[in-house]
Amino acid sequence: MPLRTPLYDQHVRQGGRMVEFAGWEMPVQYAGILAEHEAVRTRVGLFDVSHMGEVVFRGPAALASLQRLFTNDLSRCADGQAQYGCLCRESGGIVDDVVVYRRSAEDLLVCVNASNRRKDFEWLRDHAGPGVSVDDESDAWAQLALQGPKAAEVLQPLTGTRLGSVGTYRFTDAEVAGVRVILARTGYTGEDGFELFCPPDQAGKLWAALLRAGEAAGIAPCGLGARDSLRLEMAYRLYGNDMDDGTTPLEAGLSWVVKLDKGDFIGRDALKRQKEQGVPRKLVGFVLTDPGIARHGYPVLQDGRPVGAVTSGTRSPTLGTSIGLAYVPPALAAEGSTFAVEIRGRPAAAKVVKTPFHDRRKP
Amino acid sequence: MNLPDDLKYTKEHEWCRMKGKRATVGITDHAQSSLGDIVYVELPEVGDVVKKGESFGVVESTKAVSELFAPVSGKVVEVNDPLADAPETINEDPYEEGWMIQVEVSDEKELAGLLDAASYGKFVEEEQA
Repeated sequence: MPLRTPLYDQHVRQGGRMVEFAGWEMPVQYAGILAEHEAVRTRVGLFDVSHMGEVVFRGPAALASLQRLFTNDLSRCADGQAQYGCLCRESGGIVDDVVVYRRSAEDLLVCVNASNRRKDFEWLRDHAGPGVSVDDESDAWAQLALQGPKAAEVLQPLTGTRLGSVGTYRFTDAEVAGVRVILARTGYTGEDGFELFCPPDQAGKLWAALLRAGEAAGIAPCGLGARDSLRLEMAYRLYGNDMDDGTTPLEAGLSWVVKLDKGDFIGRDALKRQKEQGVPRKLVGFVLTDPGIARHGYPVLQDGRPVGAVTSGTRSPTLGTSIGLAYVPPALAAEGSTFAVEIRGRPAAAKVVKTPFHDRRKP
Repeated sequence: MNLPDDLKYTKEHEWCRMKGKRATVGITDHAQSSLGDIVYVELPEVGDVVKKGESFGVVESTKAVSELFAPVSGKVVEVNDPLADAPETINEDPYEEGWMIQVEVSDEKELAGLLDAASYGKFVEEEQA
């Protein structure tokens, strides 16, 4: 029996097409993925992301404990700031990629992927050490994402918090439409926007208020389909597709969130070694120069031999081209390198390009 | 559900319109709606031979790949080439502008195995239940 978010009935009533994702029954689309994608790129869209998990570290040792479990450097994250990074195993393999919201040095909220809720919680609890309590608060939080260039314009009239004072990757306690929330300027679309954490029994009220407030701006309720195409245009990695326990952040192109000099953390030795010796493969962004769409699992070919695999791929709604991410040998990872993607038994030419695929400053 | 009476249907959600020995083939309104926005289509070439029940191409939505299955056997005599640049036509007009291929039917006995509109409609309802 799949899990349901507190907004399930609303999704069904409003015409969301429900599918199972990571054990959850979620809307994959409302009006259509392309229309929703465009709404977020040009106006504003609203997503239910209540399936995401929340694990909270509290106590005098909370910061130090999480620092030992996280690849990025939380000492450089101010109170009221969020930071993206990975949880790694000793092997350097990625347990999950997460966003940490630092409320204080003694109170940090870790937002984890829906598919990894249990695994992450157990991993964090078992490795947290003394002086900290680790709680799975996933059931205590619903989460809505309001994303798009008009997100602030839509949200501002609903809250007394001055949104201009909440910078990118900053957050604050706030009241929105009479609901107490954590208001964070974060997201997974590449657009300006907000993620609102609220109590589950308030999610319906908040969802309705945001849709009403966004009517004039052309807001669209959005499903996981648009969320996926939007994140892929930004080359944001998706756990389970682009990386897993068997890949390291260095292979996944996330070395920018691995701070080897910050002090010890789980996985550091392995990652340091891999950095010195070089990675065996690298995740790159590519475009197809032949017709077709590359999909997860399609082989990457060089001179007809398989040398890697596509991890994500779609037709980019914004660019109109076929884009994707793939693991390739380091020799094929430089921008401009070419290889083939095997699509239904036939090779299609591909070229490595700079990511993100979509640059929101250049419409 | 839009199901024109003059068409024959398959359980794989293709339709087929007969004119003499020539069958025009496409996917049903129900199929396009289930797939969502179609962003890519791969069709055979004129002169290729398709076989009833076997794959003759694919349609891809943003999320997924779906194979197309031939409702009849025969030689492809025409292909709706504009779909390559405008695959959304299949969503917008699945029974007319969104047609895919025309086939010179090699064995007209095969037509007997196809569903009429009422039976196909019933099949879809049962499939969804």
